[in-house]
Amino acid sequence: MVPLLWPWRATDIDPRAFLSPPSAEHLWGTTQAGRDVLALTASGLGKSLVIGLLVAVLATALAALVGASAAYLGGWFERSMLWLIDLLLVIPAFFLIAIVTRSAESSSGSWWLLVILLAAFAWPLSARVVRSATLSLREREYVLAARYLGASPLRIITTHLLPNASSLLIIDATLGVGYAILSETGLSYFGFGVQAPDVSLGTLISSGSNLMIGYPWVFIAPATTLVVLVMCVNAIGDGLRDAFDPGSTPGGL
Amino acid sequence: MDPIGCATFLGMLRYIGKRLVNYLILLYVAVSLTYLLAATQLDPATLFALRQPPVPPAVVEHQLAQYNLSDQVPLWQRYLTWLGGVIHGDFGSSPTGVSVTDQLLVRAGVSLRLLLVGTLAGIVVGIAVGAWAATRHYRLSDRVTTALSLLVVSTPVFVIAHLSQFLATGVNRATGVQIFEFSGETGAVGSYPWADVVDRAQHLVLPTLVLVLVGAAWLSRVQRNLMLDALSADYVRTARAKGLTQRQAAWRHALRTALVPTSTYVTFSVATMLVSATFTEQIFGFAGVGSYVVESIQGRDVNAVVAVTALAGACVVVGAVVSDLAVAALDPRVRLT
Repeated sequence: MVPLLWPWRATDIDPRAFLSPPSAEHLWGTTQAGRDVLALTASGLGKSLVIGLLVAVLATALAALVGASAAYLGGWFERSMLWLIDLLLVIPAFFLIAIVTRSAESSSGSWWLLVILLAAFAWPLSARVVRSATLSLREREYVLAARYLGASPLRIITTHLLPNASSLLIIDATLGVGYAILSETGLSYFGFGVQAPDVSLGTLISSGSNLMIGYPWVFIAPATTLVVLVMCVNAIGDGLRDAFDPGSTPGGL
Repeated sequence: MDPIGCATFLGMLRYIGKRLVNYLILLYVAVSLTYLLAATQLDPATLFALRQPPVPPAVVEHQLAQYNLSDQVPLWQRYLTWLGGVIHGDFGSSPTGVSVTDQLLVRAGVSLRLLLVGTLAGIVVGIAVGAWAATRHYRLSDRVTTALSLLVVSTPVFVIAHLSQFLATGVNRATGVQIFEFSGETGAVGSYPWADVVDRAQHLVLPTLVLVLVGAAWLSRVQRNLMLDALSADYVRTARAKGLTQRQAAWRHALRTALVPTSTYVTFSVATMLVSATFTEQIFGFAGVGSYVVESIQGRDVNAVVAVTALAGACVVVGAVVSDLAVAALDPRVRLT
């Protein structure tokens, strides 16, 4: 990735080293194609992290908008949004995303589709939480005052309701990163996620798992990186929740 | 039954009935949408594209049309044919002509044998560990179990499954005996009494352990925090003041209340459990429902995909109904509304 830090790139092939164990030249060993595992893992980490962050931001934004407008507008809009949330939770999203990406796999390198699909199924639970958090704010004096001053519903939602739920949204987005990374790597593990020539930690673990007995480094390196990454994200999320909201039940959903 | 009890009972029945109708509508709409998605996204005709010698398009078309999979037939017509079959309990056929319903029944048995022990043990261990860690708040044992559960929760199921295979291979090699098996449900059966039972157990140990670990880690985190809230409640202090020991107060009074929200968490995690089971079945070579999803999506088997996702959706809905019933039975405030 960065030539100054590490001489190998993810696409480089070393014809003198096929499946060589970790050494001074290849710190984490090489794959059966002679690629440097450290460079591959760094490249996969980048892809997984970018997907995780994008999905979390998109999903949280959608959840905030839908949840707060359901709480503020009420009536049929609220009922239909709650019904839509229930509907999206009936079939495990993992299977539905796999159906779509499987058919689109010929267009390689289209990890954008994966981001959009993961975000499209990640927002419902958070939207429900945002709705219950902003429900009590609807009748507050400053919201009524803003309404009598002629503020539009969108303005009230974005400038008066959502800032009050900002700590919740930050926590939700952080934990959403971990959830998105786990979903992406799971889909990629089965070949339903990131497609070649792109690599993610999921595709690296998948190809490494076949060689695990005998050549453990091709599996251990991406797997350990993934676990450390998700653990850091979850620890940050838990810490933020404890800091922002001492009364909540940390560690739950 | 006294009149008031009878009225609350009827009220509860009406409440449950209303929820049930709503869930059935949700399930119907979700499965129909899944059918439309799968039928438009997965194209079984591509299965025949690379055959040698090439299959004439008319033959492909004839075979697919026979199984209601042809994209020449309008989508709504295929949907109605499919729906007509489903009403009679027939989920259609694979592109190769195998009955999806038969396959599903066989595979459901495999999954049930694998998941029953793993899931139940995971729930029991998770609740016990979580509640125990809460009673030891901020002591070393609490910190260790909390850190370990964070580690397991942050590790994908497929990594845990592969690691367990890696470690088991090491144990097998070190002892020179094939203690752990990790491919399929059954293998080479020895010729000693109870050999077939031992063989099945050898195959079940690792996947069951994986499921227990994953389920217990997640649930222990939830249970620990619910239990911490319950332990600091006034009625636990009252129980202590009455002369109960700390242990009696914790396990009889605090745990009982903390279990109410836990039941909701458990039933809402059905979808997550199904996805974990998919990885476990696929990695350990169990031909269950979970690996059927992966195989049918890879094999562009529209009817099978829809049938399995419908089963998954039905499990999620059953979980939601059980959760409603549990909450209504345990929490009297729900019954009165």
